[in-house]
Amino acid sequence: MRFPPLSRTSVTSSPPRFSAHDLACQRGDRLIFRGVEFALAAGGALILRGPNGSGKSSLLRVLAGLTPSLRGALRWDGGDIAEDWPAHRARLHFIGHLDPLKAVLTVAEMLAFWSGLRGGSPQAAAKALDRFHLAELADLPCRFLSAGQRRRLSLARLTASPASLWLLDEPTVGLDEASTSDLFAVIGEHRTAGGLVIAATHVTLALEGAQSLPMDAFAPGRTA
Amino acid sequence: MTAFLLLIRHDLRLALRQGSDAALVLGFFVLAVVLFPLGVGPDFELLTRIAPGVLWVMALLAALLSLDRLFQQDYDDGSLEALALAPLPLELLVLAKCCAHWLTTGLPLVLIAPLLAAALHLDSAGYLPLVGAMALGTPTLSLIGAVGAALALGARRAGVLLSLLVLPLYIPVLIFGVAAVDQAVAGLAIRPHLLMLGAFLAAALPLAPWGAAAALRPALE
Repeated sequence: MRFPPLSRTSVTSSPPRFSAHDLACQRGDRLIFRGVEFALAAGGALILRGPNGSGKSSLLRVLAGLTPSLRGALRWDGGDIAEDWPAHRARLHFIGHLDPLKAVLTVAEMLAFWSGLRGGSPQAAAKALDRFHLAELADLPCRFLSAGQRRRLSLARLTASPASLWLLDEPTVGLDEASTSDLFAVIGEHRTAGGLVIAATHVTLALEGAQSLPMDAFAPGRTA
Repeated sequence: MTAFLLLIRHDLRLALRQGSDAALVLGFFVLAVVLFPLGVGPDFELLTRIAPGVLWVMALLAALLSLDRLFQQDYDDGSLEALALAPLPLELLVLAKCCAHWLTTGLPLVLIAPLLAAALHLDSAGYLPLVGAMALGTPTLSLIGAVGAALALGARRAGVLLSLLVLPLYIPVLIFGVAAVDQAVAGLAIRPHLLMLGAFLAAALPLAPWGAAAALRPALE
């Protein structure tokens, strides 16, 4: 005998879009974190904080599905993500430490590739170049870019193809002030449109109404 | 499907722009083969007899030489991670990379083999079978190589490890590839040997991408 599920509104007024339950991660022999929990509504932002090695990057990789979680579950709109990783991959952008750029390809070619691979249109790629002030560099091979320009091109992937969940690992490294505020503006637009942002950072990211997740609280050896 | 073709085009464009990589492999093949007539001396009979074996062994080594660029660069610059997060399944990604790899290394080897066969005084009856056998065999080399390259990813001294992993697996292709040419020169049927090479390719086509993808996943963790 199965009972009909309770209507969501009776449980909570705003069901979480993306939530994590009791995540744990092990790298090599070392347990990095355990018991990580969070819930984000549409338009939500989560900032991961903590000293080096506290597992911010590892958590982002777990959320992207690159590193398997030791236990626990990830849910999207209440459904278990483990049942459909391809769908999860399709709805996220992961910007890691490295800028995946090829020295011999031009800025425009590089972005068109990453955008096309995720179903973005050439127009969206061109717009993303504009948005991150890379249009004048479009025909320049990537090997001539400065560190900040490489970072901007990496970040331009965010808007070059649609995805509702953005996972950002130290997104502001190498960016000047103007580019940093550009990034915040882009993140703001994304959240207004109902998108989610989870970012690991050392600097204070001025994101309105963002939740903060102190990673050292989940270090093993501490009783949560 | 579009993502699959896009990936092949991307890899071909990269290979074309940094043309030195593909040229290096081809150059190695040509030089290594040409060393044999110089080393063995102008003994036409001997050269004719060893020609199929020399051509195939050198093609094997040339293919081996190019394997490290299959995943290593993408792994180092973070592209592999980003590719793994694309909607395309990892198995298809490997297959696309193998296609591009064969087009930029295997195919040039096949095309230049008849020229080198002339330098080795291969019997004229062996030319067509040589090209046919290499056309069927070299894609298998790329596919098997992808499994080795994925396994060796991130390892110290990956190049040495790669040859130890991959060369034993290349032996069946070598045996039937050489046999096809030998039989043709001897005036015997080559069909069974070509069929065997075709069977290896048919088996490697689904199995190798699957195996390589399984080897890539832990490397990406």
